[in-house]
Amino acid sequence: MGIGLAFIIVLGLILFAYIGTEILGLESLFAVVFPYLAFVIFLIGFIRRVVKWGKSPVPFRIPTTAGQQFSLPWIKYSKVDNPVTGWGVALRMFFEIAFFRSLFRNTKAEIINGRLYVGSNKWLWIGALAFHYSFLIILIRHLRFFMAQTPTCISIIDSVDSFWQIGLPMLYMTDIIIAAAALYLLGRRIFNPQVKYISLPSDYFPLFLILGIVATGILMRYFSRVDITAIKELTLGLAYLKPTIPEGVGSLFYIHLFLVSILFAYFPFSKLMHMGGVFLSPTRNLANNNRMERHVNPWDYPVKHRHYEEYENEFREKMKKAGIPVEKE
Amino acid sequence: MYDGWKIILGLIVFVIIVTLPFTMSIGRDYVKPQPSIDTPEIQKMEKKQCIESKQYMREAHIKLLYSWKDYASREGKRVYIASDGKEYTISLQNNCLKCHSNKEKFCDECHNYVNVKPYCWDCHIEPKVGGLK
Repeated sequence: MGIGLAFIIVLGLILFAYIGTEILGLESLFAVVFPYLAFVIFLIGFIRRVVKWGKSPVPFRIPTTAGQQFSLPWIKYSKVDNPVTGWGVALRMFFEIAFFRSLFRNTKAEIINGRLYVGSNKWLWIGALAFHYSFLIILIRHLRFFMAQTPTCISIIDSVDSFWQIGLPMLYMTDIIIAAAALYLLGRRIFNPQVKYISLPSDYFPLFLILGIVATGILMRYFSRVDITAIKELTLGLAYLKPTIPEGVGSLFYIHLFLVSILFAYFPFSKLMHMGGVFLSPTRNLANNNRMERHVNPWDYPVKHRHYEEYENEFREKMKKAGIPVEKE
Repeated sequence: MYDGWKIILGLIVFVIIVTLPFTMSIGRDYVKPQPSIDTPEIQKMEKKQCIESKQYMREAHIKLLYSWKDYASREGKRVYIASDGKEYTISLQNNCLKCHSNKEKFCDECHNYVNVKPYCWDCHIEPKVGGLK
């Protein structure tokens, strides 16, 4: 059910953009209003989400770690997996963000011949790594549409990505990799019963959306072709805050742009916020120094307490009468 | 906020990166590409028309040239029949560049604009400034 709903929504979005530009001719809406709106929603929504997370108290360090913790000086401890210093944490965060270390530890349990086997399973890690890095390179590559003169570093990325010089226009490696990786991530939710069971429309929707973006992008570059000069006039107009709508930009491009706008606008309200959230994961970004430093729980309310001295002062006479021993006469 | 300065620092970095498309071009000139068709051959033509429609050429000339490469060098086919029925010689140098003899002001104008670096001239003779004479 979830997968059908997500698919229909993405299909509806594509149809909406097609009808809007091809039949109703609302180019200005799709070329200017939606992209700007999506960008503003993305920026403000992202910041609000992160600030909201930042406000939640972190009472104690959570030592869910995968290494020996620091205890006695002669016991070797794991400096990156179970850090007690800020630098150790920085390194652990770096490995987490750049190499998805938590996913690297992914395991798979299977019953074979009536016995339970647990083994390492790296496919998700490889798929995720391929997907995210391809996406990053594609985003960087797209900067050539937002600058009048493309800087050398972007040209270099471009030429490395099309290194094999297959076909014309030259095939980008990342286009193949992102399509394959996104299809793998989708296939895993369809064919793996355990993952399928926990998948929701909000898991399928971003996948279909990204697949739609990838498909329209690939179609535009390799198959149906679009007027790229006109498109750069449009995107540069957006970047220079002087939007123009050039002639000869087909609805395929507007579908692409609209799906990207939806992705950006949807971002702050969805699971995609793991982009910001990974930096704020408490099990990764806190040093395991529970026993070395005092961490005051900000949730603690000020407990009303009374010293025994005050108590005795109040009840001294009564205590004496009852024969209870007192400290001061 | 807890650990506020770290989070705010992170958010500032985020905003800087995300607004790069807008901030990178501040102070840079925005030059629209104007490919010129002002060459002696084109001036001689009565109807200034490329082998296919202008919009098709703008969008798909690369696919056309790529198929020409296969026709000419692999299949030995040297005649292209355009969609209006006219016949043209399949040759970059003797057909395309005969009219568009101004590479700097025609090809490069858009290719530089969108940062496309076609490798035509790895094999073909690169036209010199001022035509192919």
